[in-house]
Amino acid sequence: MRINKYQTENIVKIVLGIVTLLIVVVLFSIIAGIFIKGIPALSWDIVSQIPKGGYYFGKEGGILNAIIGSLYLAVGASLIACIISIPVALFIHTYLFQFPKIQKRIRLWLDVLWGVPPIVYGAFGFNLMLLMGWPTSLLAAIITVSLLISPVMIRAMDETLQHVSKDLFESALSLGFYKGEIGFRFLFKQAIPGITTAFLMALGKGIGDTASVLFTAGYTDYIPESLTEPAATLPLAVFFQLSSPIPEVKARAYAAATVLTIIILVISISSRIISKKLSKNRTT
Amino acid sequence: MKLKNYKMSIALRKPIELFRKTWMQIALSIILILPLAIGFSLLYKAWPLLNPDDLGKLLFGSVWSPSQGNFGLFPFISSSVFVAGVGLIIMIPVCLSSAIYITQFAPRWISRILRAAIDILAGMPSVIFGLWGVITIVPIVGNWAKQQGAQNPTGYSILAAGIVVSISVMPYVLNMLLELFESVTSELKETALSLGASHWQAIKDVFLKKLKPGIIASFTLGMSKSFGETIAVLMVVGNVVQIPARIFDAGYPLPALLANNYGEMMSIPMYDAALMLSALILLLIVVFFNYLSHKVIRHYQAKA
Repeated sequence: MRINKYQTENIVKIVLGIVTLLIVVVLFSIIAGIFIKGIPALSWDIVSQIPKGGYYFGKEGGILNAIIGSLYLAVGASLIACIISIPVALFIHTYLFQFPKIQKRIRLWLDVLWGVPPIVYGAFGFNLMLLMGWPTSLLAAIITVSLLISPVMIRAMDETLQHVSKDLFESALSLGFYKGEIGFRFLFKQAIPGITTAFLMALGKGIGDTASVLFTAGYTDYIPESLTEPAATLPLAVFFQLSSPIPEVKARAYAAATVLTIIILVISISSRIISKKLSKNRTT
Repeated sequence: MKLKNYKMSIALRKPIELFRKTWMQIALSIILILPLAIGFSLLYKAWPLLNPDDLGKLLFGSVWSPSQGNFGLFPFISSSVFVAGVGLIIMIPVCLSSAIYITQFAPRWISRILRAAIDILAGMPSVIFGLWGVITIVPIVGNWAKQQGAQNPTGYSILAAGIVVSISVMPYVLNMLLELFESVTSELKETALSLGASHWQAIKDVFLKKLKPGIIASFTLGMSKSFGETIAVLMVVGNVVQIPARIFDAGYPLPALLANNYGEMMSIPMYDAALMLSALILLLIVVFFNYLSHKVIRHYQAKA
């Protein structure tokens, strides 16, 4: 029996749909799997206390040090990344406006940088740290992570700036504005939705990245009080506690993973909402 | 008073602009120098180990005993290649079908949900993928390995790592593919349809041919991401130093080597050089794959 092209199409549709469904199933199984294991282990004590004596043998304490450490690290790194990426993205669209070839080269370079694995950044951060004579500290980790997320941020902002109409730049230029003024005053405002989502994306990456801070953050049971102290982060807490043979400690790894997943989901969803709200009143 | 402020701001315009421009240029040069700085710092640290006679032994030797000064990186390199290869084989059909389904067949509301799911997956930290692998994938693979009578029935294996890595890299590749399939002009589609092709025939015979360079480039970049995936792979791959021969064997990829041993690298001579060399190899692999994907696109563009 031969089937005609319409029957083929229907079969293909169903097959592709089922394969695509796999993505949703996987996402669901990740979230469900972690919540099922983690929520029973989650309690107020775990999120509100730092590890106490005998914590790693299953006694009292929580992961507050890791939660606070992660937040410090991610916010610090995202802010530094902003200081680097916003001007670069604006520079590409103002001073390099009439040089599309250079723009293309820079984008290619950024893609390479984006592809560099976090662990390699970690190794570089470690070398940088030794070179500068820093100890393993929050500062070293912040700098490593900010270098890691800058290319991502620049690319995301660049993407939004490309949608801003070229006429805006040309007419502002003809009115006698400096290129930098146009960038920071006009293009910046137009790109705010993109910049916000880029910032939140970077924040999520900063909280979630393990490999790059493995070398530089150190790990401590205390909440860091200054930039030169070591810091714990949530992914590191998950990673270290999971390798423990004691079931109570292992359960806390799942609890930490649950907290991490919730934070990431909140960031991810709020970035969608914010970008929708902000771009509503815009023409771009 | 107002006029005075105005004059002030006029007088300050130029210095402020100069400041802006310098700030932009410094930031740009940091970004441009960064890859070179990473490369050179790793090369500098790995230098003591790099002499031309030993390079073959270093890259293709399989003896890894740091305390005796034997640094054969081949088990790690082969594990990395094996894991990325398995990941790619899983990734290709799934990514292609979902990209086609989402852009061509899915009703709007379904494609919106799927895109949201992809976005959320893209934001997931790799440690979460790893944990998921430990909870879900490793037991499944372990059971399967037992049925097949494999030597390593734990499930911590190349296959498990390949599956986890394919899931963690998938959103990245999918986003590129989605963009690609959206770039197809409706004119092309309409022409194909008007010639009597069904929608699927148009996709299979026209779109896929037209988009071939972009698709190859996306998977190349995805492959390079798989090489760099660290924590997720490390948690499920078993970490046994050996040259893996079967998918149920445990392996020990390069990033895992780095992540597991950074603590003791200062205590054994040359150990840090070996680890930095493995980071350098990773960097070179990634740059090579980026270059490759760029070349693929350029090659086809020149032809068209």
